[in-house]
Amino acid sequence: MGLSFISSILFATVVAGTPLIIVALGELVTEKAGVLNLGAEGIMSVGAVAAFAVAHHTGSPYLGILAGMGAGMLMALLFGLSALTLMANQVASGLALSIFGVGLSAFIGKPYESVALASVDPIRIPLLHKIPLFGPSLFEQQGLVYFSWVLIAAVAWFLYRSKAGLILRAVGESPVSAHAIGYGVVSIRYQAVLFGGAMAGIGGAFLSVFYTPMWVEGMVAGRGWIALSLVVFATWRPGRVMIGAYLFGGCMITQMFVQGSGARISIPAQFLSSLPYMATVVVLVLISRNRSTIRLNSPASLGQPFLPDA
Amino acid sequence: MWLKFEQRAEPSKVISYLSPLLAVGLMFLSGMILFLILGKSPVEGFKVFFLYPLKDSYGVAELFLKATPLMLCAVGLSVGFKANVWNIGAEGQLLIGALVGGGLALHFDGSNSLFLLPSMILAGALGGMIWAAIPAYLRTRFNANEILTSLMLVYIAELVVSWLVHGPWKDPDGFNFPQTKLLSAQATLPILLAGTRVNTALVIALGALVAGWIFMNKSFMGYQMKVAGQAEQAGRYAGFSAKRSVWIGMLAGGAMAGVAGIAEVAGPIGQITEHISPGYGFAAMIVAFVGRLSPIGIFFSSLLMALLYMGGEQAQQYLALPSSISKVFQGMLLFFLLGSDVFINFRPRLVRRRK
Repeated sequence: MGLSFISSILFATVVAGTPLIIVALGELVTEKAGVLNLGAEGIMSVGAVAAFAVAHHTGSPYLGILAGMGAGMLMALLFGLSALTLMANQVASGLALSIFGVGLSAFIGKPYESVALASVDPIRIPLLHKIPLFGPSLFEQQGLVYFSWVLIAAVAWFLYRSKAGLILRAVGESPVSAHAIGYGVVSIRYQAVLFGGAMAGIGGAFLSVFYTPMWVEGMVAGRGWIALSLVVFATWRPGRVMIGAYLFGGCMITQMFVQGSGARISIPAQFLSSLPYMATVVVLVLISRNRSTIRLNSPASLGQPFLPDA
Repeated sequence: MWLKFEQRAEPSKVISYLSPLLAVGLMFLSGMILFLILGKSPVEGFKVFFLYPLKDSYGVAELFLKATPLMLCAVGLSVGFKANVWNIGAEGQLLIGALVGGGLALHFDGSNSLFLLPSMILAGALGGMIWAAIPAYLRTRFNANEILTSLMLVYIAELVVSWLVHGPWKDPDGFNFPQTKLLSAQATLPILLAGTRVNTALVIALGALVAGWIFMNKSFMGYQMKVAGQAEQAGRYAGFSAKRSVWIGMLAGGAMAGVAGIAEVAGPIGQITEHISPGYGFAAMIVAFVGRLSPIGIFFSSLLMALLYMGGEQAQQYLALPSSISKVFQGMLLFFLLGSDVFINFRPRLVRRRK
């Protein structure tokens, strides 16, 4: 257990937590506007395959991210049409988006299954990345890792320090009041849903273009659902999303390190792989058991359709 | 001009039955557009996808074979969905049912007992119920959202299957393939029609549809669940237990999914492998919605969904398209249904745009 070993665990934890942070923050903003979009898994899958395809054809990983973001927003638009314009049940619309997205990504991605992408060099912050132990994890990472940190601050500032954020929260708490004052509830909810879709698309893009980097059917492997659980875990607060995401990131990479450490430990690989899912269940239970925490922190109109002009 | 939705005084019954048909029509239409985009002839694509699978009696039999697990899962899920209990983990419950029932068969391998098959089915139901009981307990005791927990348990169930077939349950004479021994003839469901693969599981599924209809329409408990789903506060005021709704909704879904799982293992597959279900547990949610959560509707929508699975295989064979195209169709169908349902409660009207 040398320093370099701990350092590489920290590094991998940050990398594994990054897509969760980005996707969960997108969903957090969506939910703050009162919309429950359960489609994150589907949006991530389509974002991942779109990003991979564009990165493969253009050779530019950053164009890939843009493509993932665009694809994510298109998927979110589909959800918006169903849940906001046509006022369908949000839970069912989100499930539909997940089923559709996972299927669509498998369909589009078939030709790319045997293609490999070159790995992208990290962005090194001069001098700082040489700090022992923490240097590589914090200062020698992909651009999106830095982006995820900026995003936490930006979302926190937006929600709690800006007027637009206040309006968005008002829409989530009481759409009827917000509507009465004259705010366009449906249009604000659309914007929040599109932002959530963009972030989930970027999260998917991170997986296929930087993390693996390759495309395999089902590679999102429940991360969209874990990100949804993270929002509950964080009790809808941006800062806590980061803590949760790194906890889960740590959970996900434990398996790699235990398996990499040699065959001395006879724990079935499948048991280790199931840890993040079990952790999600445990965490949900621990947070939800206190009903008032959930009631106080969750947006009051979460999941309720809003009927304009009613 | 501007399209506006006006609330109807009462939900339209007629449209609630027409809307699934409209959704299917829209799915056919967009499917043909999809074929066009992919550079295939839309007519040819339609034929291959929706007509080829049924070109002979064997194809029709296969349709019923594939519809069986969908029917079972969907009728179980519909009980919960009626009460707004969102069990989305039927896929995992199906797998655990397959493991418990299949495990029983492997343990009593070589037994000639007449009780073997019935106990396997019961064990399958029990397995599914155990897996569904976890989110039910966590919801009723700790208030944990059953959507997220039941889904997480799908991933865990997949890993449990993977571990067993790679490890302790692997067939020692199976050339190291990740699968168990084949089940003996005594542990296999009898074929209904010679020359096809349709087995007695279809009878069980049809029985489940009838039982589901009686429960939802003739029993007091079924009535309580409907009230809980449609008017939660009225249900609470009448003293109907919300916790009991959760338990019954989850366990009904789990039991039926578990039966579907063991029926696959003791039926067309004949052993436990990593590929027991091509997503039947998820597709069954669509079946339940398209079937309007009613057993009669579920009967027809499960046949349609089975056709989508078969169409995907045909498209792979004759049109060189990935078979995952079925899932694209499945997702589209649910979206179109949700979209069409707006007309149940709302009347579209063109109005002049306000300044």
